[in-house]
Amino acid sequence: MATVANPIEVKKQGRQAFATLGVALLLAVAGYCALFVAPTERTMGLIQRIFYFHVPFGWTAFVAFFISFVASIAYLRSRAPKWDWLAVSAAEVGVPFVTVMLVTGPIWAHPVWGIWWTWDARLTSTFVLWVLYVCYLLLRSLIDEPERRAVVSAVFGIFAAFDIPLVYFSIWFFRTQHPQPVIGAGGSLDPRMLDVLLLCWGATLALAALLLPQRYRLEALRYEVERLRWESDRRGGAATFSEAKK
Amino acid sequence: MALARPIGILLAKELRTEFRTRELVATTLVFVLIVLVLFSFTFDPTAVESRRFGPGLLWLALLFAGSLMLHPSFTREQSNETLMALRMAPIEPVAIVTAKILANFCFLAVAEVILLPVFAVLYNLKLWPVVGRLSAVLILGTLGLCIVGTVFAAISSQARMRELLLPLLLLPLLAPALIASAEATAGLLEDPPALSTVWIGVLATFDTIFLTVTWLFGEYLLEE
Repeated sequence: MATVANPIEVKKQGRQAFATLGVALLLAVAGYCALFVAPTERTMGLIQRIFYFHVPFGWTAFVAFFISFVASIAYLRSRAPKWDWLAVSAAEVGVPFVTVMLVTGPIWAHPVWGIWWTWDARLTSTFVLWVLYVCYLLLRSLIDEPERRAVVSAVFGIFAAFDIPLVYFSIWFFRTQHPQPVIGAGGSLDPRMLDVLLLCWGATLALAALLLPQRYRLEALRYEVERLRWESDRRGGAATFSEAKK
Repeated sequence: MALARPIGILLAKELRTEFRTRELVATTLVFVLIVLVLFSFTFDPTAVESRRFGPGLLWLALLFAGSLMLHPSFTREQSNETLMALRMAPIEPVAIVTAKILANFCFLAVAEVILLPVFAVLYNLKLWPVVGRLSAVLILGTLGLCIVGTVFAAISSQARMRELLLPLLLLPLLAPALIASAEATAGLLEDPPALSTVWIGVLATFDTIFLTVTWLFGEYLLEE
């Protein structure tokens, strides 16, 4: 592992600062467009603008969970720790993004529907999704041995991912109150609204793409620390955590 | 099938272990009974009300019971390191998991056979005319609970706070199975009783998907 004094590492940090600045700028532009450029919705008025944050954060979270799912399978197949790092990083980026979605939803729903929450298919399945991934992170925190933790949480991650469509489908039978998708067939969305929506999605994706490698690096460092600690504990004895795992 | 014999032997072993003490079935029975009694305090259990809430209560009680009773299936093995012995035996890891799923299914099924008449009496429900269709729902729902529950018992047995962790992992994941089982049971209590093919389909899909996922990935949980 490189130390901070390493010139390559310093260069990396410089690039990191630029990336952070770029994402902040992109988010600011997206926010400006969502608030001032997109046309005001006829019946709902200003409150509809929350849609430009609610939807992109949700979509980005789904992308993150999908990455986590694929990484979990890849981990079980290859046993390369990097896949486990990716799985946990993606899940940990996804959870706050879904949280944003779950918080902005009721803020919008209260004036529009007259209630904060309703148990319809999308809301409930998003809530279950959030609970499942919070449980995933909780499970990880309760297993100390890194390899066990990786295997066990990968299996749980795969189960959780397969559960999501089933949750959605089964709740969908209780009549749904959520606004139907406005993108694609049958939808009627002002082209400017769509542009702003896609811009906001791009901004949230960029934010996730900024956070994910950071979290990944942190996980890699944590792994290295655990490995070193493990080896110093077991020096002379049989180390299950061999150098080969590096 | 090459797997059938080891599964049969392991299942017999699980059942024999349980038959010696009957701890699991007995505690599950008492637990569900307590829950059913407690539920009766939360609403007026007349025939009409029971038809509305009964199926949900029954499945919720079974789900809670399952999340508690499935826990020992792997921790039992840990106390004498017998899981190690099972792993060293020349059998596929899938056979170990499958035998445990089937064993848990048997325990819960026995409990259900005893509980259903009690439930029908306590909540004024006429279950006898629909007993055939009801058992189809019970078999599919219990199987789903046992598949996911057994795998998650293996997961939680490797973590700290395992007693707390199992219900936490299991209950949200079983949401589709709970909805489908409760709705299918509710359909059977209506007049005239009708078995919803949609909910049976959801249950069958749930079972098939998670059985497949268990076959594909479950063996990793048994490694050392």
